[in-house]
Amino acid sequence: MNHSPSPQGGDVLLSVRNLSKRFHTASGPVKAVEDVSFDVGRGRIVGIVGESGSGKTTAGRCILRLVEPSEGEAVFDGVDLFKLPEKALRAYRRRMQIIFQDPYSSLNPRMRVGDIIGEAIDTHGLAKGAARQARIADLLARVGLSPEHARRYPHEFSGGQRQRIGIARALAVEPELIVADEPVSALDVSVQAQVLNLIQELQKELGLTMLFISHDLTVVEYLCDDIVVLYLGRIMEQGPSREVYANPRHPYTKALLSTAPIPDPTVRRERVILQGDIPSPLDPPSGCVFRTRCPFAIEACAKAVPPRESVSPSHSVACIRQAELATLATQKVTA
Amino acid sequence: MAAVSIAPAPRITTLILQRKTLAIGLAVILAIALFALLAPLIAPYAPNKLSIVNRLKPPSGTYFFGTDEFGRDIFSRTIYAGRLSLTVGAAATVFAGVIGITLGLVAGFFRRADTVIARIVDAMMAFPDILLAIALVAALGPSLATVIVALGIVYAPRLARIVRASTLVIRELPYVEAARALGVPTWRIMTRHVLRNLVSPILVQATFIFAYAMLAEASLSFLGVGVSPEIPTWGTMIASGRQYVGQADWMTIFPGVAIILSVLSLQLVGDGLRDLLDPRLRKDL
Repeated sequence: MNHSPSPQGGDVLLSVRNLSKRFHTASGPVKAVEDVSFDVGRGRIVGIVGESGSGKTTAGRCILRLVEPSEGEAVFDGVDLFKLPEKALRAYRRRMQIIFQDPYSSLNPRMRVGDIIGEAIDTHGLAKGAARQARIADLLARVGLSPEHARRYPHEFSGGQRQRIGIARALAVEPELIVADEPVSALDVSVQAQVLNLIQELQKELGLTMLFISHDLTVVEYLCDDIVVLYLGRIMEQGPSREVYANPRHPYTKALLSTAPIPDPTVRRERVILQGDIPSPLDPPSGCVFRTRCPFAIEACAKAVPPRESVSPSHSVACIRQAELATLATQKVTA
Repeated sequence: MAAVSIAPAPRITTLILQRKTLAIGLAVILAIALFALLAPLIAPYAPNKLSIVNRLKPPSGTYFFGTDEFGRDIFSRTIYAGRLSLTVGAAATVFAGVIGITLGLVAGFFRRADTVIARIVDAMMAFPDILLAIALVAALGPSLATVIVALGIVYAPRLARIVRASTLVIRELPYVEAARALGVPTWRIMTRHVLRNLVSPILVQATFIFAYAMLAEASLSFLGVGVSPEIPTWGTMIASGRQYVGQADWMTIFPGVAIILSVLSLQLVGDGLRDLLDPRLRKDL
């Protein structure tokens, strides 16, 4: 049951197993994340995709213990982060960082940029005095800002520049894993590409491992090695992104991919338009949570949570009809 | 816009002078404070010097603000009374600040403490200020220190509430999350990230509390439950002047004006400081 596809390349930095997070609200427990397992290979970028409310942000926060998980484990370099007491966790905080979606609220408006980045350095005692200043200057240069910017306040910068400051702060402690939570979705389209390129360059240059949370499938396809598709807190499909994009097996993945624009007018794609909204996580559908919006749902879908079925060694789908639907599709093509 | 990159930080005096209301407010409250401080040098008469012959004299060259029913110089008394009013106001504000900010931060950060603190604060807010102050002074025994402590306790919940509410908002902001992700210790997050962003609301509220505490001290003195009656305060002066409003309105007008000026100038200072401390509202860039 614990089996989940591991990325090609062997060396796993982060292994998430059966992660669940329930929020207790006045109207009952909300299952934000339910039984999520995946592996992140060292140096790879794993994309977590889903609509808003799919639990992708909560999953990322749980792994960093910014939100306390309800169940499961997250084994980082051999240590289960969920079992670490706060004090021991502090040492691991240096090894994993986060980049936020909102470049405005993610920087303390009362602190100068130099102090924002400096706080990261100070917290882990990485440098002092002139060395600290040099390091701040170096980090600013690395993200495409100038060292003089250290003396300014966040409000003096544009959204894209602020996001760069956020990236510099994350890099200040030389982390191995970065959780990027929709790092470009709040930016202007013209700036998105610049910041994405920066993230990609830094990732390659520093050999970073990344968890890239996004709802933008084009971005994920461009950037990520592996992909995890979430719906209502559960994994629908996961695997190497090339495989998933070329051969999506879950009806939800298909629907998602069909909404992504293709920059080639000659390519036609069958559009699957989902009806209705994502159901309330307070009262999720029985069995397969996607069945209420699934065009292929049958009675059996309501009976039990669909088990994970392997399509290939690293590609798996949680759909009881995936094999059947796949043959149906090929029949259609050949017919 | 000249070279933006490394402009020297403008001097604090220039920043203040650029804001008229702040400058005026600061000038008035400092003048009042100076008068109070230098009372022995400025006051033409001793505050308690009786002169029955000169009782209820209207303002004139000899008695700027007139005299009261015992012939005491209102001008001198008003200046001396300022010492007490300002001391009580400032000390009560500091006391309320220490208690209120601590309680607010703790309540905002620790859910378990919050259930207790929030109830106590709500319960205290349910009492009318003056009634609670009277009760506390009665319980502790009347003295200058008691009045300060009582007013501090009375006004602490206001600050606690504001600090708690803002803390609850700020602690969920991504920059606090970023600090947590970095492993910054909680107390540092509380001071550096939360408290620093609360400076403006706290300052604004503190000036209000300063003003309220001065008013409350006057009310307590007016009611005869404040400091001992022989010490002149604006409250006792108005209280005694009340009986002569028809004949000698200067007895109430001048200490009244002193209260109004202090309260008003404090408000102006609070507003001005709020603008000055918010980098986004700074126009010097």
